[in-house]
Amino acid sequence: MIAKRIIPCLDVRDGRVVKGTRFQGLNDVASPVDLAAYYSQQGADELVFYDITASSDGRKIFTDILSEAASRVFIPLTVGGGISSLDDFDRVLKCGADKVSVNSCALRNPDLIREAAVKYGSQCVVLSVDAKRVDGRFRVFAKGGREDTGLDLMEWIKKGLDLGAGEIVLNSMDTDGVKEGFDLEMLSLVAAIAHVPVIASGGAGKMEDFATLFRAVPGVDAGLAASIFHYGEVKIPELKEYLRNENINVRI
Amino acid sequence: MTAIIDYGVGNLFSLACSLKAIGADCVVTDSAERIRSADRVILPGVGAFGDAQKKLFSSGLGQAALEQAQKGVPLLGICVGMQLLFERSLEFGSFPGLGLIPGEVRYIGETISPGLKIPQIGWNALSIRKPHPLFKYIRDGDYVYFVHSYHAVTPKEYVIADTDYGGVLTGAVASGNVMGCQFHPEKSGEVGLNILRAFLEMG
Repeated sequence: MIAKRIIPCLDVRDGRVVKGTRFQGLNDVASPVDLAAYYSQQGADELVFYDITASSDGRKIFTDILSEAASRVFIPLTVGGGISSLDDFDRVLKCGADKVSVNSCALRNPDLIREAAVKYGSQCVVLSVDAKRVDGRFRVFAKGGREDTGLDLMEWIKKGLDLGAGEIVLNSMDTDGVKEGFDLEMLSLVAAIAHVPVIASGGAGKMEDFATLFRAVPGVDAGLAASIFHYGEVKIPELKEYLRNENINVRI
Repeated sequence: MTAIIDYGVGNLFSLACSLKAIGADCVVTDSAERIRSADRVILPGVGAFGDAQKKLFSSGLGQAALEQAQKGVPLLGICVGMQLLFERSLEFGSFPGLGLIPGEVRYIGETISPGLKIPQIGWNALSIRKPHPLFKYIRDGDYVYFVHSYHAVTPKEYVIADTDYGGVLTGAVASGNVMGCQFHPEKSGEVGLNILRAFLEMG
């Protein structure tokens, strides 16, 4: 059967990885290309590059980096951050991205999901959603969590799926950064209605959190994290070995 | 020289990069002449079969690939490129393929348990059903990366590897010098590179 995926996420600003820190055997931890190659060699199943640059100069640096990563790393690459048009899809796909994730811009213009799915196929379009609890409901936030859209999470997920999103990244703002585990409640609700892969994000603090995630919510296909991998708190080869011993199907 | 056929379906950047990374002398080309002079041919493909088939045949590149295959030149189809090796596909209608391997391409929903997600997206283990030169550098049970909703239904003798996704799906096929992978070797890490390496040694 298909393996559960482990996905490190690299935030890239002005050509450097934000939050990158120390690794044995890796001289430049802030180099997105070196870090990507390192994670791939460690057994990461996929990589997410998140472009947090604001300027157009930065955009150019980002796509150069992406091309370089794609020429050295041969696992699926997802790109997100500031994707607002089909031109943006085109720009990153030509540089080696396999999937493109949309978030705030899709909230402003949901049709972007449909247009991209028609042009590039659903498998290429990842809907990334930031959500948290407000008055006992799950609500969708835009702009990196700064803006409450007032939208109900389940409504937005259903709409995204109808428009053709091929994968969902669900980031719980309630558990993000807390490091006490993924948001199982929120993930269960979304996994129950999604007929496409669901990637859990926000809250991983230790290896056990991944085992709990995959056991408690079988409909979740992958666990995504950033800082715990960047800071070496969780090492991917050990995590995979641990999950295999816990009878969770992973690629080793 | 290895020719990667560029018939306007999907982007071939990653595939070309992966071949270059293992030292291949390769070219991404839409020239029938270059395909006819190649020592090896790779037929990639993503998206819907009907669209790919139309572009492959109308460009004349399908004919060039067919001639090379009939001459005994190693031909590797990848994903929809593998599906194009068969007689026909039933994706959104019925479309003829190159007919190099008997069989047809069908929806995986007919084979797998209900409730599983379609497309199959992710890493799955390959069960090697027949020893084959393509598998020279990999082992039974190695994981490769799949993204597909359709697969080839073909007599057992052509299946060299399959994969279990709540039902047995065709993973890789071969008939003489014509080979195909349903998965993406260019996205399957070291295992994928090792499959491409073995292909480059042929011919």
